[in-house]
Amino acid sequence: MTDLTELTLREMLAGLPARDFSSRELTEACLRRIEALEPEIHAFITLTTDNALVQADAADRQLSNSGVDLPPLTGLPIAVKDVLCLQDVPCTCGSKILEGFIPPYTATCVKRLLEAGAFTLGKTNTDEFAMGSSTENSAYGPTHNPWDLERVPGGSSGGSAAAVAARFVPAAFGTDTGGSIRQPCAFCGTTGLKPTYGRTSRYGLVAYGSSLDCVGMIARNAADLALLFQHMAGFDPLDATSVQIPVPDYAPPESTDLKGMRIGVPEEYFIEGIQPEVADRVRAAIAQLESQGAVAVSVSLPHTEYALPVYYLIAPAEASANLARYDGIRFGPRLGDGEDLWEMFTETRGEKFGPEVKRRIMLGTYALSAGYYEAYYGKAQKVRTLIKRDFEQAFEKVDVIAAPVAPTTAFRFGQHTDDPLAMYLEDVFTLPANLAGVPGLAFPVGYDNDGLPVGMQLMGPHFKEDVLLRVGHAYQLATAWHERWPII
Amino acid sequence: MKLSIEEVEHIADLARLRLTDAEKRRFATQLSDILDYAARLDELDTSQIRPTASVLDMQLRLREDAARPGLLQDDILKNAAETENGQFKVPPVFGD
Repeated sequence: MTDLTELTLREMLAGLPARDFSSRELTEACLRRIEALEPEIHAFITLTTDNALVQADAADRQLSNSGVDLPPLTGLPIAVKDVLCLQDVPCTCGSKILEGFIPPYTATCVKRLLEAGAFTLGKTNTDEFAMGSSTENSAYGPTHNPWDLERVPGGSSGGSAAAVAARFVPAAFGTDTGGSIRQPCAFCGTTGLKPTYGRTSRYGLVAYGSSLDCVGMIARNAADLALLFQHMAGFDPLDATSVQIPVPDYAPPESTDLKGMRIGVPEEYFIEGIQPEVADRVRAAIAQLESQGAVAVSVSLPHTEYALPVYYLIAPAEASANLARYDGIRFGPRLGDGEDLWEMFTETRGEKFGPEVKRRIMLGTYALSAGYYEAYYGKAQKVRTLIKRDFEQAFEKVDVIAAPVAPTTAFRFGQHTDDPLAMYLEDVFTLPANLAGVPGLAFPVGYDNDGLPVGMQLMGPHFKEDVLLRVGHAYQLATAWHERWPII
Repeated sequence: MKLSIEEVEHIADLARLRLTDAEKRRFATQLSDILDYAARLDELDTSQIRPTASVLDMQLRLREDAARPGLLQDDILKNAAETENGQFKVPPVFGD
């Protein structure tokens, strides 16, 4: 029998109701891979194996009971990044400060896929509170890249990207505040969608940078993503920034034809210092899109270089406010001698937050403090306006913008751990989309000389996820980069 | 610019973080480097630019003030380190 984990998500969803295989067989195939490879990869913080098998059996009973109108994802196992709440399953956010926290509710995006029939195999690893680009900031140890175990999977959704690349699950939730879906997808050769800000609900996502945080998905290809996104997207009264506009049909046409599609190529994303193979593969992918009928147009996003300092003022400022809630009172461990409130705060937070989280809380607190607010936070918000305008002007000329996801392919463990600024530079190409709130789709467009995946991202105007998915699917119909497996 | 240890201690105080001496020294250097890098924003004239707080042109909604089911007290309290009579319990807020 074929290895069921090699099927695409759509093939799984076709085979389950046809009873070509059962949900239990599919789930056990995933669990066999997890059992064999998880000790080396460490994609998960928590596995929910027993519950998954119960859910699989329940799905099989429904699927065998013909004539019943079943939810479309019935019997499908997925994974959830451990910054999204799942009722009665521990949520750590990769942090010791949430040790023992068991959420009493489920995040809206996750709930919607569960209601559509999917169930979870576990919670995936992440940099602490999604702050990082390598998963090296997880308090539970890093995830290893399935393409090369000596290298990082990217971050912060590195556990989810590695889990999909290693075929532990056909799809996994990710979140993207500054590139945390797209960059691990580039490093792991997976396909990931960061939606428009406000398109997916943030309810039940543990907050990091509230004006930037987006919930999205990682899968093996754009068409699988479109199917899942159809169920996730849409208004949620429980999120104050959720947008109340209709959800279009995301299913991309089964066509390689991109006639008339205008692809913007921003020269600011092909800077000196970028790994030559990355620039080369992305340019080749743009040429491929042209061969399918698209027109490449040079565009300029002149404030790109300022995205990094803007992001690393705004995101830490928002984080310093959001993370004030970890005080030892309502959830997580409590330190101190029990006699002194101030000591309880400072001991608990000082002991249980990791170095990167403390660094960003400190940076954000400084940027918001009296006397510095205008010079740092206020200034950053104004430059954010300029970055947003760059995109608005570019999208008057083009339908989508194509660019590298990251300046390099997956780097080695420890390469940037002593130099936070060098680590932040990994995010230089992903931050602008978050600051402008535009959607981004990342997918593999080739491999470097070491055999590591190279990712390209398509960015589009607000709420044009359907266009990104259409172009991504057309590319993937014409090429096979996304069908390669890591040999592990 | 270079942050002093005293400035780092002041920020840590505001953030309610206990830092070791080694952390204070490390953060003094690292935060100074990051803030130096951020100073390149001063190259841009933003005197006529409005700040962006949200990328979406939307008004914040108000919901109807109606009773609806929510989380139960027990569910919320079960994650707390210490509770008493259905409330979170904390060390004394005011000293002797």
